Amino acid sequence: MTEATRAIEAVWRIESARLIAGLARMVGDVGLAEDLAQDALLAALEKWPGDGVPDNPGAWLMATAKNRAIDRLRREKTYERKREEIAYETGALFAMERSDFEAAADEEVGDDLLALIFTCCHPLLSREARAALTLRLLGGLATPEIARAFLASEATVAQRLVRAKRALREAKVPFEVPRGAELEERLPSVLEVIYLVFNEGYAASAGTDWVRRDLCEEALRLGRILAELAPRQPEVHGLIALLEIQASRLAARHGPGGEPVLLLDQDRARWDPLLIVRGRRALERAEELPGPLGPYGLQAAIAACHARALRAEDTDWVRIAALYDVLAQVQPSPVVELNRAVALGMAFGPEAGLALLDELAGEKELANYHLLPSVRGDLLAKAGREDEAAAEFRRAAEMTENERERELLLSRARRPGG
Amino acid sequence: MRFMMFMYPQIEEEDWNPTPEAVAAMGRYNEELQKAGMLLSLDGLRPPSDGGNVLFDAESKATIVDGPFTEAKEVVGGYWLIQARSKEEALEWASRCPDSNCRIEVRRVFEMEDFPQEVQDAYEGP
Repeated sequence: MTEATRAIEAVWRIESARLIAGLARMVGDVGLAEDLAQDALLAALEKWPGDGVPDNPGAWLMATAKNRAIDRLRREKTYERKREEIAYETGALFAMERSDFEAAADEEVGDDLLALIFTCCHPLLSREARAALTLRLLGGLATPEIARAFLASEATVAQRLVRAKRALREAKVPFEVPRGAELEERLPSVLEVIYLVFNEGYAASAGTDWVRRDLCEEALRLGRILAELAPRQPEVHGLIALLEIQASRLAARHGPGGEPVLLLDQDRARWDPLLIVRGRRALERAEELPGPLGPYGLQAAIAACHARALRAEDTDWVRIAALYDVLAQVQPSPVVELNRAVALGMAFGPEAGLALLDELAGEKELANYHLLPSVRGDLLAKAGREDEAAAEFRRAAEMTENERERELLLSRARRPGG
Repeated sequence: MRFMMFMYPQIEEEDWNPTPEAVAAMGRYNEELQKAGMLLSLDGLRPPSDGGNVLFDAESKATIVDGPFTEAKEVVGGYWLIQARSKEEALEWASRCPDSNCRIEVRRVFEMEDFPQEVQDAYEGP
């Protein structure tokens, strides 16, 4: 890649989401909007290396995309076309003449971006499709990058994107920001996607795998954008608070050999203080808004408890247990209960945690979840029941698919007390 | 990855009094960075006369000294810490700054992982 192409790529990364959002408002279809934006990018790649990057590259790209739209329409009109499609694109053209991107107020640009986020994360699409489309249209990522992010083949991702755009078109999903109750209803499907993107990066961010780290940063960026666009939604701030604090631990989560390091064993000097401060500030914003904290806000509050403790032994487990109590009511799930058992064990002694685990024994969702025996082993070890603990660690080791985690569990099985 | 953008005003210290218009334009620029999800932190710095210097000799003995040591044009007037996806993206953002008569130096921030393991192990501060 030449220097000029890299500079154009940088401009593209900055401008593409706004460009696609503005075009989608005019033509009412994100797939068509993306095609038009791509046309403009090709034109830029042709022109800019010779002429230099224009002063206002965003406006240049938009003007070019509009011209391409009109060219396309003229060209395609000369062919025999299905009447429906002609009507569709003529409507689009009229809509385009009425609106002028450059005159659009800041607020409208923000509205377009928010509409793009909600459209990419429309609940009619699968989680994977929503995430791929979001990375593509809002992150400006190319198909191979998305494929690497999700450890999928390029063909799979390309097909997923095509299908998603077609599904939106066929369902005639309007390009707009949902209002009032509908916004609240559809917000979780947006937050879920940002959380998914973050976790794709977080779950496997071992060693120097920069793709993974980039993915976490991209999720943070999307979350921060959303927090600016929808500042009245406490869960948006709750989510970004959670992500900032989790991201603060990225450098501490793995040892020199790439082995996972558990939260309480992490070297807290490696936690990123800037991200912790940002996370706590976002949590404060969530708390200042009316209404109780939602699931993300509560998880952020729990993460903030850990972040506040300078040493693991300073952790306020009573407060964490109380927060898990609330979380278990707001978002009941066996995994939350499992975490609650850990917190209860730390706050009130291993027997309190074991009592809750006994209630979870029959949960189908946890039947193959290695953390259930792992947590149980930990609590049994703390209660001095070492033989039982060793058996649980061995069971957990059999269940995990992660090689390094298996080693860790087997070593604990050999010395359950230590 | 993170980049620090250092702003060096290319004007004399006594002229460090921006007009309301310049401040408003800078505010809009900062807001753009914020809205793009790039901005991590920023500050404007008061002139060097409100601070000072600490010099270290070969034995690491520290001496506090007053007085400017550099040309006014080599004095940092403020900084932005941003998250960017490439050096080019950081440079593109820097080039959108509305200020005049200044230089912005863009520097990539070290990550802990950039250091050899024994250096990482030796580190115990935040």
